Amino acid sequence: MNPVGGVKTLKIDGRDLSARPEDTILDVARENRISIPRMCELEGLSTVGACRMCLVEVKGASRLLAACVTRVEEGMEVTTRSDRLENYRKMIIELLFSERNHICSVCVSNGHCELQTMAQELNITHIQFPYRYPRERIDASHDRFVIDHNRCILCTRCVRVCDEIEGAHTWDVMGRGIESHVVTDLDEAWGTSGTCTSCGKCVHVCPTGALFEKGRSVAEMEKRRNFLPYLAMMRGDHE
Amino acid sequence: MTADELDQIAEQEQAAQGKFVERLNVCVAAGCLSCQSDMVKDAVAKEITRRGLGEHWKVSGVGCMGLCSEGPLVCGGGGRMYKRVSAADAGEVLEDLQGAAAHRLRCPTDVPFFERQKKIVLENSGVIDPERIEEYIAHEGYRALVKVLTEMTSQQVIAEIMTSGLRGRGGAGYPTGLKWSTVAKSVGSPKIAICNADEGDPGAFMDRSVLESDPHRVLEGMLIAAYAVGASEGYIYVRAEYPLAIKRLRTAIRQAERLGLLGSNICGTRFSLRIDLRLGAGAFVCGEETALIASVEGKRGTPRPRPPYPAMHGLLGQPTLINNVETYANVPPIIRNGGEWYASIGTENSKGTKVFALAGRVQNTGLVEVPMGITLRQMVFDIGGGIPEGRKFKAVQTGGPSGGCLPDEDLDMPIEYESLAKAGSIMGSGGMIIMDESSCMVDVARYFMDFCMTESCGKCIPCRVGTYQMHRILSAITHMTATPQDLKRLQELCELLKNTSLCGLGQSAPNPVVSTLKSFAAEYRAHIEEHKCPAGVCVKAMEVSA
Repeated sequence: MNPVGGVKTLKIDGRDLSARPEDTILDVARENRISIPRMCELEGLSTVGACRMCLVEVKGASRLLAACVTRVEEGMEVTTRSDRLENYRKMIIELLFSERNHICSVCVSNGHCELQTMAQELNITHIQFPYRYPRERIDASHDRFVIDHNRCILCTRCVRVCDEIEGAHTWDVMGRGIESHVVTDLDEAWGTSGTCTSCGKCVHVCPTGALFEKGRSVAEMEKRRNFLPYLAMMRGDHE
Repeated sequence: MTADELDQIAEQEQAAQGKFVERLNVCVAAGCLSCQSDMVKDAVAKEITRRGLGEHWKVSGVGCMGLCSEGPLVCGGGGRMYKRVSAADAGEVLEDLQGAAAHRLRCPTDVPFFERQKKIVLENSGVIDPERIEEYIAHEGYRALVKVLTEMTSQQVIAEIMTSGLRGRGGAGYPTGLKWSTVAKSVGSPKIAICNADEGDPGAFMDRSVLESDPHRVLEGMLIAAYAVGASEGYIYVRAEYPLAIKRLRTAIRQAERLGLLGSNICGTRFSLRIDLRLGAGAFVCGEETALIASVEGKRGTPRPRPPYPAMHGLLGQPTLINNVETYANVPPIIRNGGEWYASIGTENSKGTKVFALAGRVQNTGLVEVPMGITLRQMVFDIGGGIPEGRKFKAVQTGGPSGGCLPDEDLDMPIEYESLAKAGSIMGSGGMIIMDESSCMVDVARYFMDFCMTESCGKCIPCRVGTYQMHRILSAITHMTATPQDLKRLQELCELLKNTSLCGLGQSAPNPVVSTLKSFAAEYRAHIEEHKCPAGVCVKAMEVSA
């Protein structure tokens, strides 16, 4: 039985909720203050389902589904927290910590970092995987901003905000697998980029201290993102 | 082009061929070409002229004959086959065909390698010249296309494929008829048909051989599929590492267009299809359908979450059908002979035949096509001819980096989608690597993990970093430096990747590890607890650095 007007009803963590047909599980959860962990998703940007942190259990589905890209269905029963999910989420965050050089004590984003906060929420005290300690670059050629690849988690928010909101498409991903990196233009120095408008949106959507403003010292880089849902909403109205 | 006109071309071709009493076929597919079969062909041609036989004897380049390990292969009248022929041997081959006694170059064809096979996809491979459309037409080519265009509705075509029980030959085995009917029912125009020729499994070369040996068969299959689903645009996504396949496909497309079998208003009907080639830039993940679509669109080849499935929202948002080379190659004979005929071959849930690329520690390596349901033992010991040098069989690896290693105990299992999956492997696209006791299974697992690590696109975290950490642990085991704790972590990572990765590459990356852990756990233990490699392959870290 489909309720009138295409509205869907579903259960998330045992709560009965309603949703618009175009909503994703994450949209409904957010509207109802149910927090689902996520690293790559950011309200106002397109979703890519890449971090796998928002995987949830859906009754009857053979696989775990990413809440950010899965549309609601009538009668869906979603579980956002379980021992199994917590365990996977912990492992994913631990893998991120092992991938590059995340040293909170010297990081501009210490205290304002989504990776750090997520690790605290998941009660991660140790990283069970050996660290890779890769030798990563820092590009400080831009007048106002810096990219420190040591702290990048490849969420591609910078790539998406630059393409979808600013329309410059300065950022993109280069390389494959563990060798992937975000690059400006054709892997040129950011300061020489002919496409960058220096709007700074990439810096403020970045979840970690990978992108920051020059002149910020340890723990001083707070990100401001209020502009994003507003911009996305205003543009949506015109389309 | 009508059926009568096809008949006319076929008759002309047969008449032209009939003038020759002897036709020597030389394999000019990549395997034999790599041992200079083109020079053999030239030498045979020269020898024919030199002996004044030019009027009645002829030499042709043909596709793969299967027994690649014995190439270059030459086939003469009466099915007489010659192996390891060099340019200098041309004269001897001619003399033998003229009636000399048994020859050192003769390759017996009354052996299980040839007799156990059933050729449907490969029926023309090694028989026709892949660069001449006339020969394909003379071998019933494009009859199925004319039949569907003139006698069948698209629903009837789909029903015929449904009846045949054909399942996707790319690996997952999704029912082809169901896929076609989904795309046919999807709303949107234009619809697109894509042929996935991005074969990338280590040791697998089925699709390459089909494209090099009988490219028109794939085009005809695509045309029939496009007609059935209502597609008007077609793309063949072929990896750039297959230059010969690309060249022959281009030739085939040009020839088909010239005869009005491809392009606008095909055979005078309202049906039109344009087929373009798109070359893959060498990424394994682009065989995954959503990554393939991104690559064809000119974007970075990374997968995206499904749904929406390509059948509804594919290339440029249009309904898109994606099938593998071998799947399309099965279509014309199904239409010609009927779905019932195809369904009578194989087993309950796996119909028809499957092409395998036999490789590794086995006497006969090469390309074989067998009916579904044949056992692994028959594959390895009858068709493959057993393990060379009196060594002992250890495992057979199917499905490439997404598959698993099956031990001795599984040898009597029939080859079909379900039984292979149940045993912890997959049918996969058809790579089959046989290993003997000189292979270390941990090392094999490490090799495949290395492959997955370097081929991971890097989009999702479990696959990007997980394959790296798994590879690190497997390397530690092969260097005898791993601890029991590492093994536990390895198993946890298997679980994580399988359940949380974004696409099939990451989800199936643990399979080689899981299957070897299941069947060869003792080898893992020997490396970790006793610091020994039972196969004698792995060397201790200390010894490496010393």
